[in-house]
Amino acid sequence: MTESSKAPLFQGSEWNFELIESIDHEIAKIAEEFGLDTYPNQIEVISSEQMLDAYASVGMPLMYNHWSFGKQFLANQGSYQRGQMGLAYEIVINSNPCISYLMEENSMTMQTLVIAHACYGHNSFFKGNYLFRAWTDADSIIDYLLFAKNYIAQCEEKYGIDAVEEVLDAAHSLQSQGVNRYKRPVPLSADEEKHRQKDREEYIQRTLNDLWTTIPLKFRKEEKVETRFPAEPEENVLYFIEKHAPLLETWQRELIRIVRKMAQYFYPQKQTKVMNEGWATFWHYTLMHELHDRGIITDGSMLEFLQSHTNVVFQPEFDDQRYSGLNPYTLGFNIFTDIKRICLDPTDEDKRWFPDFAGNQNWVEVLDYAMRNFKDESFILQYLSPKVMRDMRFFTINSEEANTYLEVGAIHNDEGFRELRQNLAAQYNLGNLEPNIQVYNVDTKGDRSMTLRHYRHNKCPLDEASANEILSHIQNLWGFDVKLESVDGDEVIATYPPSAEGGDSKAA
Amino acid sequence: MSSIIIDRRRNSKGKSTVNRERFMRRYRRQIQKAVSDAVHNRSITDTDSGEEITISRKSLSEPFFHHGEGGNRNQTHPGNKEFVTGDRFPKPKGGKGKGKGGGSGDAADSGEGVDDFAFQINRDEFLEYLFDDLELPNMVRKELKETNEFSFRRGGFTNAGAPDRLNVIRSLRGAHARRIALSGKDRKEIRALKRELREMEVSPDDTNEERAEEIKLRIKELNEKIKRLPFIDDFDLKFNNLIKVPLPSSSAVMFCVMDVSGSMTRDIKDMAKRFFFLLYMFLQRNYEKVEVVFIRHHAEAKECDEHDFFYARETGGTVVSSALTLARDIIDERYDPKEYNIYVAQASDGDNWEADSPKCSKVISEDMMQNLAYYAYVEITDRHHQNLWHEYKKLSNAHPDHFAMAHIKGPTDIYPVFRELFEKKEATV
Repeated sequence: MTESSKAPLFQGSEWNFELIESIDHEIAKIAEEFGLDTYPNQIEVISSEQMLDAYASVGMPLMYNHWSFGKQFLANQGSYQRGQMGLAYEIVINSNPCISYLMEENSMTMQTLVIAHACYGHNSFFKGNYLFRAWTDADSIIDYLLFAKNYIAQCEEKYGIDAVEEVLDAAHSLQSQGVNRYKRPVPLSADEEKHRQKDREEYIQRTLNDLWTTIPLKFRKEEKVETRFPAEPEENVLYFIEKHAPLLETWQRELIRIVRKMAQYFYPQKQTKVMNEGWATFWHYTLMHELHDRGIITDGSMLEFLQSHTNVVFQPEFDDQRYSGLNPYTLGFNIFTDIKRICLDPTDEDKRWFPDFAGNQNWVEVLDYAMRNFKDESFILQYLSPKVMRDMRFFTINSEEANTYLEVGAIHNDEGFRELRQNLAAQYNLGNLEPNIQVYNVDTKGDRSMTLRHYRHNKCPLDEASANEILSHIQNLWGFDVKLESVDGDEVIATYPPSAEGGDSKAA
Repeated sequence: MSSIIIDRRRNSKGKSTVNRERFMRRYRRQIQKAVSDAVHNRSITDTDSGEEITISRKSLSEPFFHHGEGGNRNQTHPGNKEFVTGDRFPKPKGGKGKGKGGGSGDAADSGEGVDDFAFQINRDEFLEYLFDDLELPNMVRKELKETNEFSFRRGGFTNAGAPDRLNVIRSLRGAHARRIALSGKDRKEIRALKRELREMEVSPDDTNEERAEEIKLRIKELNEKIKRLPFIDDFDLKFNNLIKVPLPSSSAVMFCVMDVSGSMTRDIKDMAKRFFFLLYMFLQRNYEKVEVVFIRHHAEAKECDEHDFFYARETGGTVVSSALTLARDIIDERYDPKEYNIYVAQASDGDNWEADSPKCSKVISEDMMQNLAYYAYVEITDRHHQNLWHEYKKLSNAHPDHFAMAHIKGPTDIYPVFRELFEKKEATV
């Protein structure tokens, strides 16, 4: 290679815009050789204060105003100033062009690392992964944020900050219940949104009352059959409220919609934490090595990079004071790295476990396929290899409600690998992690009260205090009584708020 | 496909300011309470720092549905050392057991609010919360003295000025007038020629072709001449003129009178100082132009500077009237009541030389009261009121709008009493 004789691009740690431009150019070249398909990059250099700002508004460049972001900001600012928290080196946004923020405090080596990680790693993941492709619209998110911000600001002017806050507070508390898990939503576009928002305003008010119209008595007698509304339980509680709450003003529905859309936008990120970070880490690792091999960065830079890479993928063990669960960077990085190894240099064990690609030498393609077609849960189920489980020394602890003891389940041995892998995959299944709460029934002919149902998974109960608090939020939105039943199978185990159904809280 | 690189560092970093304000607005009451608590604990010298405000996390909660404790779970962890399938341990009670965590990890810290949410507010914010809704009573706009406030008002037009002050209408009007004036003679001639031409056309005689051609040529020439006049000239430009107008501002002077005699124990002095310190901060914050006169007295009174007032030590007997007469003299000498709003705040333990109290009352009511906007007296004592209090009580009844008195028993009263004395009232003047 002629490139290997090249002088390194930079020596010291100072960065400047020309250097960033040329290193970005080099990385882009290598990334293309590896077939990374990315959105165009927009790299923005910001200061640490601006980074704190970005933190507070869930990383987005613009966001509507709300006190909770202020609270977030104060909390971050406090712990940053006291030195309890470092700031991330970068933030990257799933948009087209893909916006990445670099901190001005970073050294040139760090800027290189961050560009490789965010602008080529995350970026290609955003563009390629099926969840992001199906559920988010990178082209229009910034426009939509602008629309949302302006719309909410207008509402604040018209109806007062307090009124807007009340709706947003309530909607925020239901964010996790504001996503469609199975139905693909129509992609959002700010322009269309603006046009349709007016139409929607009229349409909703016209059609809404259908639900509540007093049907003539003779009709009503005919349908003796007990029908629930909605006929099938609705998982998207926010959507249901937006469409069917009888007393909400149009602008209040629009606010709920905005919160819902934001929750939906972030939903894929929640489901691909391990993959997304693992992918970006794998690629910054690979790209940095490639830069070094071609003589574009110095040995010194390489050492600096390796040190910070080691920090990123540091996984404290379970008995370590610093342990707070699995580090998604580590797990993801290990799995992707191991896929590459299995492609290039498989053992017999690998051939047994991964017959389709072990030893096929084409690791770029295998990795690309894995990145595009999985989410954390299925990715782990598909690709977590015995070697990674062994290296990370995984083990499962089972805790049964009925037992007074904990029991060690599967461990990293031949008998345990499959079960271990299933356990770990389930641990990343959002369906298990977040309570499954659905709109079960609305008493359309009586007091209009709404019944929600929590379907228990593995007998896990709801946290009572927060549940009661959220119910009063929902009540504000719905305008009539709301109760929540926690059910296991068909048996109602607990009812919230406790006063509902005249002391029905027979269960703990 | 090349990347775009943008330097955003110059963009405002205050993006969160609005959200921060929203937060402060929402928790105004809690913050106010925290601030008034802080005043009690805080050293009086410490005014330059902000304050750490603590609010219980419970009232800040943003609830979301999550799992509570219990149920069947299995959790996978890294770093196994010696565990084998089937090993059993007793369940840990509470705390962070390795059997739970993960899914319910967050739940633990947002559940019952044990820990508090703490954040910093800066000095200005601290003072704002501290002095919220307070004002100097009976403030009247007095003479235009020493104003350093000006406003700019429109004052006609000038021929020279900055481009941003250009008055387009005036300028074009001037240009139009100039063009009319300069082209008047030519246009008169054009009119005459045109008339001649028309007459030639309508007259029954044969048209003098030669003459007609000549006229047309001349008209064309003149028209071109008119066209050559500049549409707008430097000379036409008119600019809005701004003139500086001094703004009437209210001047005020505050007399701080404190007893430093022997009967004032350290504690009492400390409380008095705190009171004055609050007052001082309040004044500093509200009025850029308020002058403050410090008078300390025992058997005799002395004007002193801020530092001596708060920090110097002295003892002796107590003659309150000495301070009052000194204040009166200073007013006569330096502060014309026509120009100044005059305030007096006095703090004492109520001790006074027996025969002096009526004299105080007399000095105040006869020599001072008509000149004063407000007189505030605080008595810091846990004993019975003495004659000074009773004398003042009479004064207070005689001048309810301009004389106020209050009683401080302990440090916790300082701030409430302060608020009481300076609360925003309906304008009485």
